Amino acid sequence: MAYHVKLEAYEGPLDLLLYLIKKDEVDIWDIPIAQIAGEYLGYINMMKLLDLDVIGEFLVMASTLMKIKSRLLLPQEEGIEEEIEDPRSELVEQLLEYEMYKERAKTLAEREEAQFKLFTRPPAEIPPSQPTFEASLFDLLTAFHNVLKEKAPEIVREIEPFKITLEEKVDQILERLKKKDKISFSLLFKECLSKGELIVTFLALLELIKQKRVRFRQPKLFGEIAIYRCPA
Amino acid sequence: MEREKIKLIIEVLLFTSHEPLGEKRLAEVLEGIDKESIREALEELRKEYQEKKNLEIREVAGGYQIFTCPDYASWIEKLHKTKPTRLSHAALETLAIIAYNQPIIRAEIESIRGVDTSGVLHTLLEKNLVKILERKKVIGRPLLYGITDDFLKYFGLKDIDELPSLKEVRELIPEKEGVDEEVKEPEDEDR
Repeated sequence: MAYHVKLEAYEGPLDLLLYLIKKDEVDIWDIPIAQIAGEYLGYINMMKLLDLDVIGEFLVMASTLMKIKSRLLLPQEEGIEEEIEDPRSELVEQLLEYEMYKERAKTLAEREEAQFKLFTRPPAEIPPSQPTFEASLFDLLTAFHNVLKEKAPEIVREIEPFKITLEEKVDQILERLKKKDKISFSLLFKECLSKGELIVTFLALLELIKQKRVRFRQPKLFGEIAIYRCPA
Repeated sequence: MEREKIKLIIEVLLFTSHEPLGEKRLAEVLEGIDKESIREALEELRKEYQEKKNLEIREVAGGYQIFTCPDYASWIEKLHKTKPTRLSHAALETLAIIAYNQPIIRAEIESIRGVDTSGVLHTLLEKNLVKILERKKVIGRPLLYGITDDFLKYFGLKDIDELPSLKEVRELIPEKEGVDEEVKEPEDEDR
């Protein structure tokens, strides 16, 4: 598994380009492509040398820069009346749009910071006061079967570039239980986007039950199952 | 019921609620009291709290909530010994893009950011800062994302319109001579 290190807080090719443009104090409306492309490739090589995860998008951008550079080198065809579009303009538009959202993200970060200084009443601990039945494994399977049945029509076969592992799901479930002491069974599967994910989620739940880190209760016979965190 | 009593009731309701309470919710609890009286009592209560130095009543996510004043944050942190975790750059960017363009599909978000965003979206869904609205009626039926009420609460917003418009940001970017830019406004949406 590649160790994912963030180099100088750029996370993508657009970040890197904006960084280079600012560093070289270059006019974004007249980017010296040859210079920037050269530096960009230099950074890619450095990342490869450091054995960092050079994601595909970086390489796609590298080839885009090369393409723009070569178009700029082509001699203009004679006899063409209208202005030929600057091959850089699409990239510049993209950079400006991205920069706009980065600015907005900064505003959100400031709000986040300000909100952290404001406290309010925390959610109350609701003790499980209702008498509940200990649910059995078969209740869990039935509940899962229902989830699969319900979700099946929604899930369209889509190509998943993003796969989630059992360990990650286990962490996710525990995280959610940290915030809310109990989750309903069906809520766990609410945001699953594929059948594979539904299954991994269920397996993660079983794993946690086996490790005695969570327990489950079924207040009504054959009703909704609630998952609780076991005190450490 | 006299105004004073209504005010005291609203105060205890706000005091004990961990969620913002809207006028509708208050009216539900204070059944029989007309909305106008509730509104007036609320106004008076807000004025009273403006006099206080350590507590304030703010409007967040379409409701009212009692908050501590920022000056006292350090004391509270001492008591609870909590250090809140901040959102990553990627998360904030993605949130900004969704907030200003909702409803929006992942592919559109990714074309702006230039990187894969599925991991970030997963995290944001987990934190309930974004939600899946429905599927877009195009080939492939991709999911449409939008922000949640928890997003508004997290950033202390009354509603989505409280965010500064994109226009204000574009004016900060040095303009090319004579370029007429089409400006995107935050869309009105059903949440």
